[in-house]
Amino acid sequence: MTDTNLNTHKQESALTRIIRASEVDTRMLGMIVVLVVIWVGLNIATGGIFLSARNLYNLAVQTSVVGIMATGMVLVIVARHIDLSVGSVMGFIGMVIAWLQVDIFPLNAGWNWPLSIACGATLGILIGIFQGWFTAYRGIPAFVVTLGGMLAFRGGAFLVTDGRTVAPMNKTYQLLGGGIDGSIGTTWSMILGIIAILVIALGMYRSHASRVKHGFPTKPIWLQLVMFAVIAAVIFGFVYIMNSYNKPRSDIGRGIPVPVLILIAVVIVMTLLSRITKFGRYVYAIGANPEAAELSGIDVKKVTTFIFVIMGILCAIAAVITTARLNAGTNSMGDSSELLVIAAAIIGGTSLAGGSGSIPGAILGAVIMQSIENAMILLGAGSGERMVVMGLVLIVAVWFDTAYQNSKK
Amino acid sequence: MTNNKTPLIEMKNISKRFGGVHAVENVSINLYPGEVVGILGHNGAGKSTLMKMLSGAIEIDEGEIIVNGKKASIKNPRESRALGIETIYQTLALADTLDASANLFLGREITNAFGVLNEAQMELETRKVMKTLNPNFTNITDPVNSMSGGQRQVVAIGRAIYFNAKTLVMDEPTAALGPAETTMVKDLTLRLKTEGIGIFLISHDMGDVFELCDRVMVMKNGKDVGKFDIEEVTRDDILSLIIAGQLPEGWKPRNKK
Repeated sequence: MTDTNLNTHKQESALTRIIRASEVDTRMLGMIVVLVVIWVGLNIATGGIFLSARNLYNLAVQTSVVGIMATGMVLVIVARHIDLSVGSVMGFIGMVIAWLQVDIFPLNAGWNWPLSIACGATLGILIGIFQGWFTAYRGIPAFVVTLGGMLAFRGGAFLVTDGRTVAPMNKTYQLLGGGIDGSIGTTWSMILGIIAILVIALGMYRSHASRVKHGFPTKPIWLQLVMFAVIAAVIFGFVYIMNSYNKPRSDIGRGIPVPVLILIAVVIVMTLLSRITKFGRYVYAIGANPEAAELSGIDVKKVTTFIFVIMGILCAIAAVITTARLNAGTNSMGDSSELLVIAAAIIGGTSLAGGSGSIPGAILGAVIMQSIENAMILLGAGSGERMVVMGLVLIVAVWFDTAYQNSKK
Repeated sequence: MTNNKTPLIEMKNISKRFGGVHAVENVSINLYPGEVVGILGHNGAGKSTLMKMLSGAIEIDEGEIIVNGKKASIKNPRESRALGIETIYQTLALADTLDASANLFLGREITNAFGVLNEAQMELETRKVMKTLNPNFTNITDPVNSMSGGQRQVVAIGRAIYFNAKTLVMDEPTAALGPAETTMVKDLTLRLKTEGIGIFLISHDMGDVFELCDRVMVMKNGKDVGKFDIEEVTRDDILSLIIAGQLPEGWKPRNKK
């Protein structure tokens, strides 16, 4: 055999080699740089308010809802589908939860909030089966199914109480929204931070040891240590900032808000689901080449339906946070948030051509979108101006991405 | 030759229609262990359609498939694979954004008791398989869309042979390959043959056909226009069958002239 054209790598600079060896997606690295630049810029523009503990705390809470739904949108788009209904589904489920909790169940009963959440989750699953079945088994394009869903469920959100806002929610339930008491305090935040750092250290060590054991190529040790140091610093920095934002008229630090905790849990579960399970593998295979997936014996229809079921559950989780945070159910909840969710996934590097996209990327995308929106509010921009800017940001982001992908070829 | 044994595969009176078009019409073919049978014909002659029915990619309209003497109903690729039939598709059927190991095990991943992928084990097995096919193949963890045509072909072949196939369907396996890789595929085909694997080979390359096949079937417009032992026919005979659908006038078997 000749190996002349098999293993030729282009001559690379030292930096490119390091980035390649670190196996960090260069695109992801680019996004982190963009985020840092945006943050510094916005901080200057807002006269230092943007990067204050208080604002970062709010930013984190605001990002949770879009971020949670974006993790599911990544899978939907990776599998070459789209879900335009997430905002409406979230609004509908939120209304049902609020209506059950306030109008149907006794408000102060201890079982009220868990049961109403369970009902919301079940509804999310049913909606997922409904839209997934039409898409997968009846071959109706997801664009059409979920466009219908977007209208139908928005109407449903209105019909639950004939447009009436339902409030207030159960006291315990409100904590899930990240309000004044909706965070876990400084001690627990620090403990969780330390646990996270330890788990990451253990994970990196085990993955390295396993590669050594099998004799696979490994990343240089110093590089792994640098990566670990960066991750640990980010976690520690996050906990520190959340702890330094005090509750009103006190010096008690808030710690990590509950919605952010839920987001982190969702991100972990969804990342594991997409990376280490058969299901996740199949989602990417279907997106990369649906015909090949079918020929490999993958039950494409079942997997597709399951993707929409997951999306439904995530909409229910987002609905819980939204209603808890508003302390009410209103039929306009989640209005046009499908666009933010899709934009977060796409800015985060999910390819509309299918087969590639990452969940951490989508979270970064959500943070970028939310940062711009948040800063514009701080600067006193109206909702019209915000929509113009967000729309342009989306187009420019995808334009950069397309240019980047073409330059790689 | 091997006619006293049970055939690995018997395809009997197979027909397939797409709308008004008879893609395959009443075609029968057998395959014995350790035998390479060439399926030849023009584009659109029905070769790939016939083989896709064996692979489960297309359902049969009429006729039956008998595997190891037992009637089989093959409705999807899973059922075909379960019968020990592996297919290397002309399009390769690779998931482009996934790496070699993900593609090799696609649909048959190694997992632990909790359904979690055992990536290390799969990578290890992939490295082993790839080593036997091409010792220079080391970029196992790159997505296959960054690989050369030859490497992609090797991944597709590796996937077919890793799971102990009894029957192998190869649709134009060398069409996209350079000379060195073509030789590798031919050597591999002959090796698999000596291991007792039955192989259906779709090819346009007469060189490959005469080098590898024991028997050939020529198809034209969905019909079987002739089955021969390779010793009986010449290149010109086969070309005549492919183009005109019949043997040259006054034909006699080559080996009995």
